[in-house]
Amino acid sequence: MARLTVNGRVEEFEAEPDTPLLWVLREQLGMTGTKFGCGIAQCGACTVHIDGVATRSCVMPVSSIEESQKIVTIEGLSPDGSHPVQKAWLALDVPQCGYCQTGMIMAAASLLETNPQPSDEDISAEITNICRCGTYNRVRAAIHMAADEKAG
Amino acid sequence: MTIAQRFPGVSRRNFLAGSAAALGGLSLGFHIPFSDEALAQDAAASLPPEVNAWVVVKPDDTVVIRVARSEMGQGTLTGLAQLVVEELECDWSKVTTEYPPPGENLKRNRVWGSYSTGGSRGIRDSHDYVRKGGAAAREMLIAAAAAQWNVPAGECVAANSVITHGPSGRTLRFGEVADAAGKLTPPSDVKLKDPKDWKIAGKPLARLDTVDKLTGKQVYGADLKLPGMVNAAIKACPVFGGKVASFDAAAVEKMPGVKSVVKVDDAAVAVVADTWWRAKTALDALPITWDEGPNTGISSASIAEMLRAGLDADEAFVGNRQGDAKAELAKGAPAGGKIVTAGYAFPYQNHATMEPMNATALYTDEKCEVWVPTQNGESSLAVVAEASGLPVDKCEVYKIHLGGGFGRRGNFQDYVRQAVSIARQMPGTPVKLLWSREEDMLHGAYHPTTQAKLSATLDAQGNVTAMHMRISGQSILASVRPEGMQGGMDPVVFQGLTANLPEGHLGYTVPNLLIDHAMRNPPIPPGFWRGVNLNQNAIYVECFIDELAHEAGMESLAFRRRLMANHPKHLAVLEAAAKGIGWDTPPAEGRGRGLAQIMGFGSYVAAAAEVSVTNGELTVHRIVAATDPGHAVNPAQIERQVEGSFVYGLSACLYGECTVKGGRMEQENFDTYEVMRLAQMPAVETIILTSGGFWGGVGEPTIAVAGPAVLNALFAATGKRYRTLPLKNHELS
Repeated sequence: MARLTVNGRVEEFEAEPDTPLLWVLREQLGMTGTKFGCGIAQCGACTVHIDGVATRSCVMPVSSIEESQKIVTIEGLSPDGSHPVQKAWLALDVPQCGYCQTGMIMAAASLLETNPQPSDEDISAEITNICRCGTYNRVRAAIHMAADEKAG
Repeated sequence: MTIAQRFPGVSRRNFLAGSAAALGGLSLGFHIPFSDEALAQDAAASLPPEVNAWVVVKPDDTVVIRVARSEMGQGTLTGLAQLVVEELECDWSKVTTEYPPPGENLKRNRVWGSYSTGGSRGIRDSHDYVRKGGAAAREMLIAAAAAQWNVPAGECVAANSVITHGPSGRTLRFGEVADAAGKLTPPSDVKLKDPKDWKIAGKPLARLDTVDKLTGKQVYGADLKLPGMVNAAIKACPVFGGKVASFDAAAVEKMPGVKSVVKVDDAAVAVVADTWWRAKTALDALPITWDEGPNTGISSASIAEMLRAGLDADEAFVGNRQGDAKAELAKGAPAGGKIVTAGYAFPYQNHATMEPMNATALYTDEKCEVWVPTQNGESSLAVVAEASGLPVDKCEVYKIHLGGGFGRRGNFQDYVRQAVSIARQMPGTPVKLLWSREEDMLHGAYHPTTQAKLSATLDAQGNVTAMHMRISGQSILASVRPEGMQGGMDPVVFQGLTANLPEGHLGYTVPNLLIDHAMRNPPIPPGFWRGVNLNQNAIYVECFIDELAHEAGMESLAFRRRLMANHPKHLAVLEAAAKGIGWDTPPAEGRGRGLAQIMGFGSYVAAAAEVSVTNGELTVHRIVAATDPGHAVNPAQIERQVEGSFVYGLSACLYGECTVKGGRMEQENFDTYEVMRLAQMPAVETIILTSGGFWGGVGEPTIAVAGPAVLNALFAATGKRYRTLPLKNHELS
């Protein structure tokens, strides 16, 4: 049995050591909010936080993560969808199909932790997730809105 | 392992009878209407039956609107519900939606009409009957209340889920009379509101399906988990038309979690395992020998050569003819005028939905059920019946929200066929088939490749006296829907270019005009890709018109106005976009502006773009888009569709290209099939015109003007024409 700390709980599971974190989350642990889009860390649909850092979980072997490291997925970002990023996303009705949006939200939440008031240039540089529906301008606006709320 | 062993306490029969449902409750994370369990739950809760096919009202006044079209991000679920509710007169805050399964539609004589969700048809094709459904339900609710009060129905009105008897002021809630209403005979005729009186429809309401998309709760097909389910990863011969020659199952059968290795039809092999990752790991290790078939000599170069020959071929299908363009062009340049000729090309594109193709199938000798994100539940159902070998009434499809569709999940149910094929090889076990991104890129239903050659005569005054547009390239219909061909011709290749089709007609009057198509069909599977043929047709026409304006020495808006006098609606959106970008004032130093307009999917659209090039890098600073769909059912969702159209259209224009080598696609993932990201996204301002009198689509048409507006702006900024796409293949300066 291997162990990981996900959303504040120690989870036990069986998986080959080279299994990407994405698939352990989705299959062994049943948390499907983290999405599979490309498998090569290009699209960002699989973004989770590891010790607060936005990480593309589809290329991260579980064996490379210590039990002491804190993994947060979309399911654990807030208990009830009340994270400032989620609230801004709701206020601006950002998602279209929505498939990429959990990864987008996790990337945005991580950005605001390290850069509480990102400029447009910062957002362009840091939010590299792919959305095919084309929500980018509302993603940008929602990040600014969430930054403003966090700043009070 | 038997069903009973896997589900202790559940008999095989019960499992089969209740499978959809058992699986349709909490375990699935979403509700499946009409499933046995759902019906049992409704009965247990003494829930009233539906008022009619479109409307269910629960005792607490919650209203369930049934929507047959699929939600894939375009907002159709919300827009169609708005139309029903507008007539129903219920409280919008109490509205939810559900998908009636397509098998139920067949059983009920197709009461919900078409399930096809493509061609921007969701609202424009069903607005009439869904509104009538809402209006009929309202009349039935009013009649039930009037009967309870023993008063004439004409004295009662419904508003906000409450029926009021005018003379006495008595009221009843919808939920109090729904049961009685459902037992009444539906009215034979109902009067619909004038759109000017709309209170719910026409308003920029928030989507109904947002909340679960923010928390990870939304279940997509790829997320589905059924009790006892196994997972399949698949690989089809990467060369188009190739087959499986052999594979060495023994080499991977002992790998962790592997349950079986199966051939799927002639062309693919799947590994089934307890988890998808283990299935994929074993599949990657599986030795497979392919019989690559007859197409290994096909390449992008050979296809381009095949198309190039079509540009000057004698034989072509005519899509639009006025006067005699060929004769006029043969006369040579008019005195003081000139002949202008230019050639363009548009490459293959992949839909690249963010959610890779998937379907989950459960097959037994008695029944086959499939859970699938699909743009057409009825197409899925037909394929389930065919692939399972069972009568269609023994099959059912449960629709799930799509993680993107863009045309890939409509006609093409290849992944459904594969899932059923695998499930047939393991009866009683639900199998989820999920494609890798590589499989998705290698086995698309590609936006076809075409080339065009345009020639026109300009007289001394800059009038276009003749124009010949020859398109050469692939027909989608010939491959996908041959029954739609007309005397060998594919009419869909002329999207936006016809003389008078309400679906989309050319917005220019040229006295001698010929638009024709030399069909050249390479052995690459084509498909309907969001915007379809309007995409490249708009690039060809709108860039060439811009070239003509330049050659005539005229400013391009003024030049277009002269050609558009007979096309006021085309001109109105163009003028709106031009005004929005500030066409009459010069852009900042180093920047250029471009225009484009077209009509497609029943709507008039235009775009104005402002761009610059610095150190070889294109920046699209700003886009102003105007669209006239006749009626705007939800302006907020139209804005989102218009913005998104620039991502889809400019992804193709800037980066999108699937190249063929050795009979297969070379691009396998987003590292080589680049798409637009946030950093490249321009500001987009959307202007919505509602000139009324027609219902046009919204999801697709604007994509077509994204490319030409930017290409024309690029010319204005740099003085250079880029006539082959994508732009990434050019050194910009």
